[in-house]
Amino acid sequence: MVEQLYQRDIYGKTLIELGKQNKDIVVLDADLSSSTRTGFFAKEFPERFFNFGVAEQNMMATAAGLASCGKTVFVSTFAIFATGRAWDQVRNSICYNNFNIKIVASHAGLSVGPDGASHQALEDIALMRVIPNMNIIIPCDGPQTRDAVMAAAHTAGPFYIRLSRPKVPTIENKGDFKLGKAQVLTQGEGVTIIACGIMVSEALAAVKNLLEKGVKARLINIHTIRPLDSQTVLKAARETRGIVVCEEHMVIGGLSSAVDEIVAENHPIKVVRLGIKNRFGQSGEPADLMKEYNLTSADIEKAVLAIVS
Amino acid sequence: MQYTDTQIKELENKAKQIRRLIIQMLAQAGSGHPGGSLSATDLITALYFSVLRHNPKDPEWPDRDRFHMSKGHCCPLWYAVLAETGYFSKDKLLTLRKMGSMLQGHPDRRTPGVDAASGSLGQGLSVALGMGLAAKIDKRDYRIYVLLGDGEIQEGNVWEAAMACSHYKCDNLCAILDYNGFQIDGKIKDIMNLEPVVAKWQAFGWHTIEIDGHNMEQILSAYAETKTIKGKPSIIIAHTIKGKGVSFMENVVDFHGRAPTKEEAEKALKELE
Repeated sequence: MVEQLYQRDIYGKTLIELGKQNKDIVVLDADLSSSTRTGFFAKEFPERFFNFGVAEQNMMATAAGLASCGKTVFVSTFAIFATGRAWDQVRNSICYNNFNIKIVASHAGLSVGPDGASHQALEDIALMRVIPNMNIIIPCDGPQTRDAVMAAAHTAGPFYIRLSRPKVPTIENKGDFKLGKAQVLTQGEGVTIIACGIMVSEALAAVKNLLEKGVKARLINIHTIRPLDSQTVLKAARETRGIVVCEEHMVIGGLSSAVDEIVAENHPIKVVRLGIKNRFGQSGEPADLMKEYNLTSADIEKAVLAIVS
Repeated sequence: MQYTDTQIKELENKAKQIRRLIIQMLAQAGSGHPGGSLSATDLITALYFSVLRHNPKDPEWPDRDRFHMSKGHCCPLWYAVLAETGYFSKDKLLTLRKMGSMLQGHPDRRTPGVDAASGSLGQGLSVALGMGLAAKIDKRDYRIYVLLGDGEIQEGNVWEAAMACSHYKCDNLCAILDYNGFQIDGKIKDIMNLEPVVAKWQAFGWHTIEIDGHNMEQILSAYAETKTIKGKPSIIIAHTIKGKGVSFMENVVDFHGRAPTKEEAEKALKELE
């Protein structure tokens, strides 16, 4: 039985760990502390937790003031509000100042499920990726969430960490986590699959099925979108016939675009983008939505076979 | 509180000197915002020369009082005051808005004495709130002063912050509203009326003090009063004149965002002798 964990639970627990180690850790939320799990920290360290109610812009700019006084500030809400509602505050008050602020946003992507399009952030990676100084991590599972949060806490500057709402399966044998260094999960010569977040487990399932069909695919987990491990991407571009990029995000501006930019500039080869294409999300169970938007292991398998044949 | 005539006179002279610097900087830069810099000059001169606990030789001193200019476009005023108090040399002022200068068109952390950038309006009260919360966490007794523009408080973010400052009982925070009555497109009351502005801040749980923002005695008394207020933030609502001190700039909306020409600058400097 594969272990299934809420990334948010791991985040909440890691915050407590950090809070014990460092008295300068401060945590902010905007009325979603039970969903994002910052509530764990609030219970343990009430004097270092601030709830701002439903006012994300104020929360982001307040984080800047705290950071200017030497605090390492973790700020949480849903991805849609963190990146969309408060974008100007993130740009001007956080990133332009290059402050030590870590935005950890939950409920990203289609897998939010029944809440529907208004709450499904499919543009957040794009919105964060264009701002100078911003680092971006999308952990693929529970244990990697702890790695991501720890790395952000111990690295100066602003971070955006993207978490999912549902439980996600733990990926075994990933190797050590290193900020900015992609993880090659399976070796292969035919085709490369590049994935992030919850798409990594879908991609892993595709790799197993492909192996039964005699196709050895290379699978790369790009947990750090910024700074991106261009070396590992380019190695794949040189050594395999094509790349399939999978992300629970618009195909514009996110991981697909990041990979495209590197490949097109340095070693142009075929890149197929599996993501959401010019559509909003909608209500539904996560598994059904992933099917509707062509983000299942079967879709990945199909894309790989199209390149190989 | 009583202030001696000498004290008041000294501050008035300082303010005149700051206004001269603002005119010189803007004329040299060829662009920038004189109107709102001149309207807030008396308020910020009094703050830096008589109120703020700070050490220009140690801009990072953890116990310093903080000042943040939320209406960032009026940074010529901030830069002039920082130079005049000794944060950096006055000859730097003439590099305002030039490529490679530490004096950017809107505040930036590369300037000694500037703790956080501003320029995109409406965020500075939140930044000040963050500084106030940090002081409470660290049990430090520094105070935070933040200058808001009247047009600026049309931004929704300001009222989110106003609510939060009062919710968190930030009595270490003092906002200053430069109420000169004009914004880029015209008179505030015609573009987007703020009235009743005192009642609005009171309704958000703030202690309000209404003053003539060009009367040094009233300015000093207001700052002193804010230090005595416990359990809530304070705001000084200062009635001011846009372009104050230069007759042909006063209440002329064109000078919100237009620098004086060389001839205009000479004329202005004569008036400020």
